[in-house]
Amino acid sequence: MHEMSIAEALIRIVESEMAAHGLRTVRRIKVRHGELSTMVPEALDFAFQAMTVNTALEGAVLEYEKVPLTMSCSACGTSFSPEIPELLCTPCPSCGEELGHKVLTGKELNIEYIKGDT
Amino acid sequence: MSKTIPVIRNILEANDRLAEQLRTIFAENRLLALNLMSSPGAGKTALLERTLTDLRETLRMAVIEGDLQTNNDALRVAATGAQAVQINTEGGCHLDGSMILEAVKQIDLAGLDVLFIENVGNLVCPAEFDLGEAAKVTLLSVTEGDDKPEKYPLMFAESRVLLLNKIDLLPYVDFSLEKAAGFARALNPEIIVFPVSCRTGEGLQPWYDWLCEAVRTRQGA
Repeated sequence: MHEMSIAEALIRIVESEMAAHGLRTVRRIKVRHGELSTMVPEALDFAFQAMTVNTALEGAVLEYEKVPLTMSCSACGTSFSPEIPELLCTPCPSCGEELGHKVLTGKELNIEYIKGDT
Repeated sequence: MSKTIPVIRNILEANDRLAEQLRTIFAENRLLALNLMSSPGAGKTALLERTLTDLRETLRMAVIEGDLQTNNDALRVAATGAQAVQINTEGGCHLDGSMILEAVKQIDLAGLDVLFIENVGNLVCPAEFDLGEAAKVTLLSVTEGDDKPEKYPLMFAESRVLLLNKIDLLPYVDFSLEKAAGFARALNPEIIVFPVSCRTGEGLQPWYDWLCEAVRTRQGA
């Protein structure tokens, strides 16, 4: 449900990058979102489309890449990705410790690039 | 001409900047700001009513109330004598930095020890938005089920304190305090868990002790 706020922030960033790089239109925006991020792509698509009608961003496609959860073990420091993609309490493949791992990646919500025409 | 522009920007960077401004304001006023989160009906307002009343002589506290509609909660909080500011998100599912910056302007921060920010009832979205708080405090009531930390990991992983509320109802529900606390600690080994009943007052003293200690630490006394 907070995808409306995310769309608003995303549009503001894209507009500033368009001005900085002299783009007139945007065709594609690449979004990277972590496994633990609670953003729902379908809801962001909907919000983005609704908010860009009759603007230079109308018709731009949001392309998504999910960033897997990786953690470093709380006991031995080994880095690993859990087999169940979003499970924080998972035995470390090296020493078996289940609890308290530190999240290395998986909380991201970034724009990676914008494709458009000058 | 077609062009690809590498960007690499955090989409919520604008909110994070506002959160930093708020952190500075709170630090200048030596104020402990707490972001209080839970599902709707878990007892956030009841916890505040109790805390504001019981610690009235000990701490100076104010509240920012976030709700979709109505000022019912702000009225309940104001009845305790504390300063209260209502934010209506008009359907929005969370509070963000810009709303808190506006609300903070309406509060007399001088001499205040604690600012509670009562977020919109929701276990998902509020966890994503930094409000410049010193700590996130999450409330879970025993009628919601002990698997919630497992189902909504981000909120519990980010919280410093977990209050398990409505323990007076434990005889009537299948809720294991140990299981819920265990799930939360598995996500976040440092999380502090307080089983409480805001209705009977049971278990609230350790929460008050934590709060007073956190204020002392904040104020460097």
